[in-house]
Amino acid sequence: MAVADSLNKRKKMMLWSGIVILLAIIILPMSGYLVTGYEPNQQYQTDVENPRSDTWRQVRRGNEGYTAVTGQEANELIQSSGETWRQVRNGPMATYGSWLMGFVLLAILAFYVMRGRVELTHPRTGETVERWTLNERRLHWTTAILFILLTITGLSILYGRAVLIPLMGYPGFSLYATGAKFLHNALGPVFMIALFAILVKFFRHNFFNKVDLEWFKAYGGMVGDKHPSAGRMNGGEKVWYWALATAGIALCFSGLVLDFPNFGQERQVIQLAHVIHLTTALILIAFSFGHIYIGTIGTEGALEGMTTGRVDVAWAEQHHDLWLQEIREKNASSSDRSD
Amino acid sequence: MARMKFLCDADRCIECNACVTACKNEHEVPWGINRRRVVTIDDGLKQEKSISVACMHCTDAPCQAVCPVDCFYTTPEGVVLHDKDICIGCGYCFYACPFGAPQYPQEGAFGARGKMDKCTFCAGGPEEDNSQAELDKYGRNRLAEGKLPLCAEMCSTKALLAGDGDIVADLFRKRVVRRGGRPDNWGGWETAYEVKL
Repeated sequence: MAVADSLNKRKKMMLWSGIVILLAIIILPMSGYLVTGYEPNQQYQTDVENPRSDTWRQVRRGNEGYTAVTGQEANELIQSSGETWRQVRNGPMATYGSWLMGFVLLAILAFYVMRGRVELTHPRTGETVERWTLNERRLHWTTAILFILLTITGLSILYGRAVLIPLMGYPGFSLYATGAKFLHNALGPVFMIALFAILVKFFRHNFFNKVDLEWFKAYGGMVGDKHPSAGRMNGGEKVWYWALATAGIALCFSGLVLDFPNFGQERQVIQLAHVIHLTTALILIAFSFGHIYIGTIGTEGALEGMTTGRVDVAWAEQHHDLWLQEIREKNASSSDRSD
Repeated sequence: MARMKFLCDADRCIECNACVTACKNEHEVPWGINRRRVVTIDDGLKQEKSISVACMHCTDAPCQAVCPVDCFYTTPEGVVLHDKDICIGCGYCFYACPFGAPQYPQEGAFGARGKMDKCTFCAGGPEEDNSQAELDKYGRNRLAEGKLPLCAEMCSTKALLAGDGDIVADLFRKRVVRRGGRPDNWGGWETAYEVKL
């Protein structure tokens, strides 16, 4: 018993001394605060109060001061975002933009070489149906011509310095760029009206449905010999529609911000608008390459729909079978009524 | 060859705007444009400081980098100039510049911009030195006459320094040493009014 008791006592002693040592390790180093604690942070305070460092800190942050000079943002000494905008525009946007357009063009060329034109699988019947009304065609070509003009002038502003100045020289390119800038600024709002009209006019035809899912699964009939069903607009046309309805609208509104500096929008707003304008424009230009290819040399019989307004029944059966069916039903019912 | 630089001593500038006026008069700057301006930080407060700013003639100038028609050029003296015959008035240099130096006369409806105008370090433009054409487009070419920018020459407190970067830096270094490193210990309100702020 006595041996066990003394053993317990020793254990207790060891435990307590352990706790005391631990506490001492934690508390003793903090004893320095007994001295500094009486004068809290006094040394630091004088450093913080250097008025000049605060002045330059404000300047660096782009804070607004006072100036007697009148002018846009004249009271802001330094705006740093311009340098960021320059890096973004001259760096990734110009670089990846050219890569994107080049890649899409190469992909289309490779596709054309490997797959060739999507030919009509059945001979032309000679019977035609109306695909696009005169108004729809006018709207399409107005928008298309404006889009191409805006693309050429816009890309000239972005890449002209690298590509066209070596060809045209400084005065020559300057003269051309003056015209390009004027055209771009003047035609932009016209394009906006035309695009919005087209978006409204084709709105009800462009909701995705199960037919489109099957259409995408069959790669739109462009790969292999399958002919997926489609209504008046196929899945690809709907994707192009929604690209224009999203990126296109962003493109137009950011363009307005750039086009009308008379409202005094600040540089940061303009820089952001410019980045949006460039991104959406490059995406839509790359998209348009595909659209133009499929609509012209990529598909036999597609272009005549947009030029003459009528397509061969064989073409309609192959590419837009559900739409043809719809038209035939409508014609049948209307001729029933007329009888 | 000298590398030209501006330096504004924030502890000397008294916001008299003489530099702004001198520049505008010397170069017959177009209406609505000021190549130089004075900005006051914390105006009316005890820590108020004024700084005169114009084109800083950057070594790697953002305006030069974004110009779609590449109308900027840097002279052997490090002065960033531009060719108004090439400029198309797109506004990109105005977006990019940190100092708000490039400005445009309004030309036509909807804020259409004319040819960009900015500080030339009193060095004119690409035309023949001191020709009438250069005077009309860019103002006086004082550097070609062997003079320094008028804004700095006119500065009553010698806050604004302009010229060879080495000499400007030397002058400023001497001032800093004289002030004992801490600008708020030298001159300013404390000396003038004998009040502790």
